[in-house]
Amino acid sequence: MINKKVANISEALKGVSDNMTFMFGGFGLSGIPENAIAQLVKLNIKGLTCISNNAGVDDFGLGLLLQQKQVKKMISSYVGENDEFERQMLSGELDVELIPQGTLAERCRAAQSGFPAIYTPAGYGTEVAEGKETREFDGKMYVLEHAFKADFAFIKAWKGDAAGNLIFKGTARNFNPNMCGAAKVTVVEVEELVPVGTLDPNQIHIPGIFVQRIFQGETYEKRIEQLTIRQRA
Amino acid sequence: MTENMLDKNGIARRIAQEVKDGYYVNLGIGIPTLVANFVRDDIEVEFQSENGVLGMGPFPFEGEEDADVINAGKQTITTLPGASFFDSATSFGMIRGQHVDLTILGAMEVSQDGDIANWKIPGKMVKGMGGAMDLVASAENIIVAMMHTNRAGESKLLKECTLPLTGVGCVKKIVTNLAVIEVTAKGFKLLERAPGVSIETIKSATEGELIIEGEILEMNI
Repeated sequence: MINKKVANISEALKGVSDNMTFMFGGFGLSGIPENAIAQLVKLNIKGLTCISNNAGVDDFGLGLLLQQKQVKKMISSYVGENDEFERQMLSGELDVELIPQGTLAERCRAAQSGFPAIYTPAGYGTEVAEGKETREFDGKMYVLEHAFKADFAFIKAWKGDAAGNLIFKGTARNFNPNMCGAAKVTVVEVEELVPVGTLDPNQIHIPGIFVQRIFQGETYEKRIEQLTIRQRA
Repeated sequence: MTENMLDKNGIARRIAQEVKDGYYVNLGIGIPTLVANFVRDDIEVEFQSENGVLGMGPFPFEGEEDADVINAGKQTITTLPGASFFDSATSFGMIRGQHVDLTILGAMEVSQDGDIANWKIPGKMVKGMGGAMDLVASAENIIVAMMHTNRAGESKLLKECTLPLTGVGCVKKIVTNLAVIEVTAKGFKLLERAPGVSIETIKSATEGELIIEGEILEMNI
């Protein structure tokens, strides 16, 4: 067993510095690497390019990095829930690249799997495809989209072991598995770090080979963005 | 304008008739979400949410909400027996690979060539396209649910879209508060009108080419 377990959060984020490109798992506030984000806030490194489907809310998730003006550029598919984000974007302090959600996922997976680029129909004929190579396959048009290049991927899983094997829970899975191994260093935080051998190999979502560092997060707020309930009859 | 045009629930009720037994369906935010409330209960349908769930159920009861189980609108949801969770790439693989049978989404504008604009208004805060561009570029069967006109009373069914596009030549059917319309090579073909709504009303609310052939029946809702 190759041990990926790190002693603490400082060791987990060792090597991060200004002007790097990071991937963050999560959809909305679900499945975001809360502990890694908290540590990045503490380290206060600047000039970051962040690849993440969303940009958090004002006081949680990636919104915490935005508050400290640590982010230079966001690459996302939807950024609607954050006033500070809007302010920085409109003032020109923040560079924003909006891309289709499926393209975002696939550019991660391409990086993970050794594809330099992929063809997707998404965005063909729209401003997203401007300046990009297009090609026809069987009568349909596709846009060439390149694999991401990132320094670190910050991942949140439900359970994991020291070998780096991961299991995700519910829709907190989202982009997390696609980003594992898609950056130079993949750092995973889990709610529960279990002894090696206790996870059923049949049930592993991501094998440890895609992971360099793993640790158990200290706490999880797991904030709900839109609480919707139905009345009991 | 007529007093009989449909409200949002009426549009959803009519679209629900397009949902067939055995369909996997992706519902967008807004009117499309309401469609789930009107699907016949004697057919089997599974709803897909692009953040990674198939087999979505209703909202949870108070106290049973789970931050790890949400839909694409970030709302807490439940799952039904037979549901599954998956990653984002797999989710869009289902969409791009045309495994999802029906996509229902809202729009700001649709052109008579089937172009759709629903993600960006220049000069206003742009929130992003989310999964809309993947959905419209890939799905075989796309129904747009929207009001026939915008708040200023201007037609949303146009010769050409004026707003930045989400996708080109992809919309096949439109259900509005006034009519059911098929997008054909020759333009918008009127299929049905809302109860009590005249063809003249639909004509005057449609800027693009409107094709009227034969008798146009009222929607049966």
